[in-house]
Amino acid sequence: MGINGKIVTKNAYRITKTRNKTALRIRVPGGYIKVKHFTLIQSIAEEYGDGTVHITTRQGFEIPHIDFDKIAQINKKIRPLIESLGLDIEVTDYGYPAAGTRNISACVGSRICPQANNDTTKIARKIERTIYPNDFHFKVAITGCPNDCIKAHMQDFGIICTTDPQYDANRCISCKACVKNCKKNVTGALEMNNFNVKRDAEKCIGCGECILKCPIGAWSRGETPYYRMVIMGRTGKKNPRIAMPFIKWSSEDVVVGVIKNTYAFVGRHIDRSLPKEHIGYIVDRVGYQVFKQEVMEGLKLNKKIQIAENIQWHGYYYKQDNQFKSI
Amino acid sequence: MGYKLSPLAFDYYLKALRNTYRIFAPVLQKGKGKFAGTDVISYGEINSLDDIMLDRKSYFSPKEVLYPIRETLFYFLNDETKAPAINVKPILILVRPCDLNGIGKLDRVFLNNGQEVDFYYARRRELIKFAMIECVEGFDTCFCVSMDSNVANNYDMAVRFDEDNITVKVVDKSLITKDLTHADTAIFEPAFIQENKVKVTIPEVDLVTKKTFDHELWEEYTSRCIACGRCNTSCITCSCYTMQDIKLSDDKKIGERRRVWAGCHIDGFTNMAGGHNFRKKNGEKMRFKTMHKINDFYKRFNEHMCVGCGRCDDVCPEYISFSKCINKLNAIVREETLHE
Repeated sequence: MGINGKIVTKNAYRITKTRNKTALRIRVPGGYIKVKHFTLIQSIAEEYGDGTVHITTRQGFEIPHIDFDKIAQINKKIRPLIESLGLDIEVTDYGYPAAGTRNISACVGSRICPQANNDTTKIARKIERTIYPNDFHFKVAITGCPNDCIKAHMQDFGIICTTDPQYDANRCISCKACVKNCKKNVTGALEMNNFNVKRDAEKCIGCGECILKCPIGAWSRGETPYYRMVIMGRTGKKNPRIAMPFIKWSSEDVVVGVIKNTYAFVGRHIDRSLPKEHIGYIVDRVGYQVFKQEVMEGLKLNKKIQIAENIQWHGYYYKQDNQFKSI
Repeated sequence: MGYKLSPLAFDYYLKALRNTYRIFAPVLQKGKGKFAGTDVISYGEINSLDDIMLDRKSYFSPKEVLYPIRETLFYFLNDETKAPAINVKPILILVRPCDLNGIGKLDRVFLNNGQEVDFYYARRRELIKFAMIECVEGFDTCFCVSMDSNVANNYDMAVRFDEDNITVKVVDKSLITKDLTHADTAIFEPAFIQENKVKVTIPEVDLVTKKTFDHELWEEYTSRCIACGRCNTSCITCSCYTMQDIKLSDDKKIGERRRVWAGCHIDGFTNMAGGHNFRKKNGEKMRFKTMHKINDFYKRFNEHMCVGCGRCDDVCPEYISFSKCINKLNAIVREETLHE
């Protein structure tokens, strides 16, 4: 059997360890899917696969054990799933148009979670529409608050939803609930000063805990939602590392614009002699300053935004792992 | 006298009243709920019918209109003091019967509680008139009927909000404007809710003993209550306050003294010199509140403090239901009495 690996992979089917069998990856941006699609996923798994799905780490579905020669048939059938993404492109009978940019994952967000500062599902779907289809291997995740349940810190682009807390001294009863909680569980950005709460804007990460803890509504959410973006986190066999803060107090337009602009950045700088090169390594190679300059170009920055002067990523190199000795 | 008004005519009436009164009602505060994308209903000044939120119960009670969360009592400079002036424009508040009865409890505390009348409460209270919102259905957590606070008669005006028109009964003649005299007259007596979904039975006041105090029921609340204080801040009848002296000069001779809401579930309540605290466990705080609402207050004023508005149930993040607590307590007291 002859298979063009590049073509099937781009079509969201992967080469598996079982000869002649493939697996289809279903995108579920934000991990949000109407259950009516389950019957289609079920029927494909039962008819063409082995009746199972794997729930992927990025919140999609992977239907394994499919014969390569069934791809054309399956592609016709999954049209409703692709249509459900609400993309601006025309949906065809030829299946997913790209697989490089991975499913955009998100925590459950403010539709369910009390901690969440924003509707992560909505943002995930918006970003999906902005950057998909695309072949570059990007990992994007959105988390509703700095608890970061979706592990935005392990992504190329991690978006953390924040709020700019507003304090109404006339409602404050000086109970210190916000101050104590911030000190214990967050950054200690709040302190009492003459029976009022003083907020250190430098320390505040916009998690919204003060609003949640306040029993009298002295703290409330600002009108505009803000975002913190952490970048170039990764796993992998070379240098796993946590993503680092790139921008704080950003508007939605800027975070989306940065991701969009990064595709052009990668297009200019990717090492095409390699089968693939992850963005993090490209940024390492060309340098943060070049990255920053290029991805920020043309973006209309909101007034409150702060951008990192420099970023020092940590993590470690497997090859320098010399702390171990055999017993 | 009763009048039937179209929504438009009612707005004109409100507009006319606003020449004389600041009008307060439950208002939807967009985006001001504690969770993202949520609103909160609290009392605020209104301009028109559209501003009034009647579909849901207000999260905070109207008490903050007549008893501010923070109030400066006086400014001091060396030995001199001066009480600040307040806005003396009269106020009209739209309240449901339970809250109107609740304000009656605040009146007991601030105006009829011993020899002294609370100057600050009294001077604001004098400015206030009540437009009672007819309430015949209530909400899921209400238990006003059990608390005998479903009916109120001390209103200056009563209002029925129907889909297509608004009917008002004006008791206080000064609230009649020419907008009303031009309107259709109507015979209107406000109806009152006669049955709530939630019912409570208050344990007989004298049957509550030391044994009831030591009952393990309160341990349950120690494990459940997080002492966030929302039950206190949302309650129409919680009236405890604490004092703050704000010193504005280095020698501490210039400053202001203010009083600020406090509550038995709020940290620091009745703390004493040396850090002594009478009620350390949250179950003890719950017991203190419960007893005040349905036992101690009665002993002093011959009526219960709680009006059954159910806000404490609505706002509790731990889903503690005060009405359930009352009923549990009643069962315990009955049990104890049977075994004596």
